[in-house]
Amino acid sequence: MTMTDLERPSKKRGATGAERLTSRTSIISMAFLFVMATYFLVPVYWLVISSTKGPTTLYGSQGFWFSNFQFFSNLSGLFGYSNGIFVRWILNTVLYAGVGATVATLIASLAGYALSKYNFVGKEAIFSIILGGVLVPGTALALPLYLLMSKVHLTDTYWSVLLPAFVSPFGVFLSRVYAGASIPDELIDAGRIDGAGEFKIFRSIGLKIMSPALVTIFLFQFVAIWNNFFLPLVMLSNQNLYPVTLGLYSWDNQYGQAPQLIAYVVIGALISVIPLIIAFLSLQRFWQTGLTSGSVKA
Amino acid sequence: MTTIDLPERAGESASADGGALAKSKRARKLSGGSRVAPFLFLLPFMVLFAIFFLLPIAYAIYQSLFHTEVSGLGLGPNSTVTKFVGLGNFSSVLSDHSFFSGLGRVILFGIVQVPIMLALATVLALLLDSASTRFKRFFRLSFFLPYGVPGVIAAILWSFLYLPGLSPIVSILRSAGFGTINFLGIHSVLWSIANIITWEYTGYNMLIIYAGLQAIPQSLFEAARIDGASEIKVALKIKLPLIFSSIVLTAVFSIIGTLQLFSEPQVLRAVTTNISSSFTPNLLAYTKAFVENDPNVAAAVAVILALGTFILSFGFLKLVQRRAFSEVEL
Repeated sequence: MTMTDLERPSKKRGATGAERLTSRTSIISMAFLFVMATYFLVPVYWLVISSTKGPTTLYGSQGFWFSNFQFFSNLSGLFGYSNGIFVRWILNTVLYAGVGATVATLIASLAGYALSKYNFVGKEAIFSIILGGVLVPGTALALPLYLLMSKVHLTDTYWSVLLPAFVSPFGVFLSRVYAGASIPDELIDAGRIDGAGEFKIFRSIGLKIMSPALVTIFLFQFVAIWNNFFLPLVMLSNQNLYPVTLGLYSWDNQYGQAPQLIAYVVIGALISVIPLIIAFLSLQRFWQTGLTSGSVKA
Repeated sequence: MTTIDLPERAGESASADGGALAKSKRARKLSGGSRVAPFLFLLPFMVLFAIFFLLPIAYAIYQSLFHTEVSGLGLGPNSTVTKFVGLGNFSSVLSDHSFFSGLGRVILFGIVQVPIMLALATVLALLLDSASTRFKRFFRLSFFLPYGVPGVIAAILWSFLYLPGLSPIVSILRSAGFGTINFLGIHSVLWSIANIITWEYTGYNMLIIYAGLQAIPQSLFEAARIDGASEIKVALKIKLPLIFSSIVLTAVFSIIGTLQLFSEPQVLRAVTTNISSSFTPNLLAYTKAFVENDPNVAAAVAVILALGTFILSFGFLKLVQRRAFSEVEL
C-alpha cells in the first residue's frame, strides 16, 4: 500500500496538463479531507481534555488545552458518586445491549434461515410484514409499548427494556439474504441423508456458514439498543435500572443544583464511549459486510 | 459483495425457462425436510414480533379512538370515564397548531439537513475511494468515530460546545471578532441540532456509500482511466450512478430518523429555553403522554407519525426506484 502511495507522485512529475490538473485537485481534496477530519475529531478531543478538569476549571480555562490536571480525582469521584451508581449503569447497559443483541441475533438468524431455506405457504407474506417492520420508527412503538407494559405491571423493570430489544426485523432480512447466498442446498440435503435433524442442521451448518452475518446483526442491534434513549426514558423511573445514557442524561439535568456533576457528566461520557469506540473501529469490516448486502438488495 | 446476490438472481432468471426443473428440485427439498421445522424456526421471532411490534401498533390505533375523561376531583374508582370518540383525537391533533409547527420544523430540518449530510457523505466516500487519496485508514476511522458515540451523549457533548462560558468555540469566535454567537437562540437552535445530527451520522452514511463503491469491480473504471478520463470524471460518470441505490438507502434511513427527532432536542432543553415541549412531533407525543397525562392523544400523534413516516419513506423508495431503473436502462 505505502509503496504504491509513494510511487504515485513521482509518476506525476513528468505529467501532461491534464495530470497536473489532477494533482492540483488532489491537493484540494486532501485539504478538504483534513478539514472534515478536524470537524469530526474536535468534539472528542474537547471531551478528552475536559475530562481532566474540575467543575471550576471547566468554565475558567481555555477549552482546548489542559489546565489543573485532575483526571484521577474526577475518576474516583465519578465511580464513588451516589454509592457507585455509575458502575451499575454501565453494567445495566452491558446487560441490555449485550444480552438483548445476543438473543435478537439468534432468534433473527433462525427466522431468516427458515425464510430462505424452506418453502411453505405464506412465506413471502410473512417476509413482507417483517420488512415493513424495518420501516416502523422505534419511537412510535415506545409509547404504546409503555401503555401495554403498564397493563401487565412490567414498566420500571429490566424486562421492559430488554424484551423489546429481542426483536430485530433487520436481522431477519440480513440473515435471509445471507443464508440464501451462502448456504448451498446440497449441504443441507447431505445433512438430512446423514440423518441429522432440522435443528441440528441449522446449528452445525447454518450458524457456522452465517457467522459473518451474525456478527453484523449483533453489532447493529447492540448499537441500536445502546442508542435507544426514548424507550428507557419512558419505561424506567428507578435510577438503579438506568442504562448509562439515561443516567448521564439525568445528571446533565441536575448539575444546576449539584455543580460537581458537570465534571462527572464529562468524564462519564468519555468512559462510556471508549469501549464502544474500540469495539466499533476494530470490527469495522463487519459493518461493511452488513451494509453492502443491505444496499445491494435495496 | 455483489456476488452475495448472484445465486438468487440466477435462480430467478433460470425459472423463466427451466422453471419445471427448479420446481421439482424444490419439491424434493421440501419432502426431504420436515414440514413443521420452518414454522418452529419462525416461531420465537414471530411471537416476539407480534407482541412488541404488531400489538403496540394495534394498541396505539385502539387507544387513539378513545378518550378518558376525569370527572370531579379525579379521586375514587369511578372518577374516570373512557368513551369511544372515533377520530376525535385525530381531529384535535390535526387542528393543534403546535403539532403543525413541530411537523413543519422537522420537514424544514429534513429538507436542509438530509441533502447536506448525504452530499457530504457521498463526496467523502468518493474521495476515500479515489486512488490518489492518502491516509485512507485514518480518514475513514475519524469520519466513522462519531457514530460510536450514542446520540444522547453526542447531544450532551455538543450542548457543552454551544454553551457560552463553557464552549471554547464560542470564545474563539468571539476573539476572532465574530461577536458572541448564540448557538442556542430561538432560530439558531434548530440548525445547532442539525449540526449534531450531521456530526453523528455523516460517517455512518459515508460507510454505506463507501461499501457500495467497494462492490464495483475495478475493471469498470480501469478502462476509462486508460482512455484518459480524469478521476473526477470517473467519479461522476461511472461511480455515482452505480452507488445510487446505496444513496437511496441512506436517504430512507435519514428521512425516518428526521421525522422521529427526539433525543437531541430533549437533551438541549437542559441548556436553552428556546426548545418548546412541542418542538418536534415526537416531543409533543412525549409531552402529551407524560406531562399532560393524555395517552389517547399521544397515541394519535404516534399513529399519525408512524403512518407519515411509512408513507414518506416507502413513497421515496418507490419514486427513486423507478428513476434508478430508467437510468440503468440507459
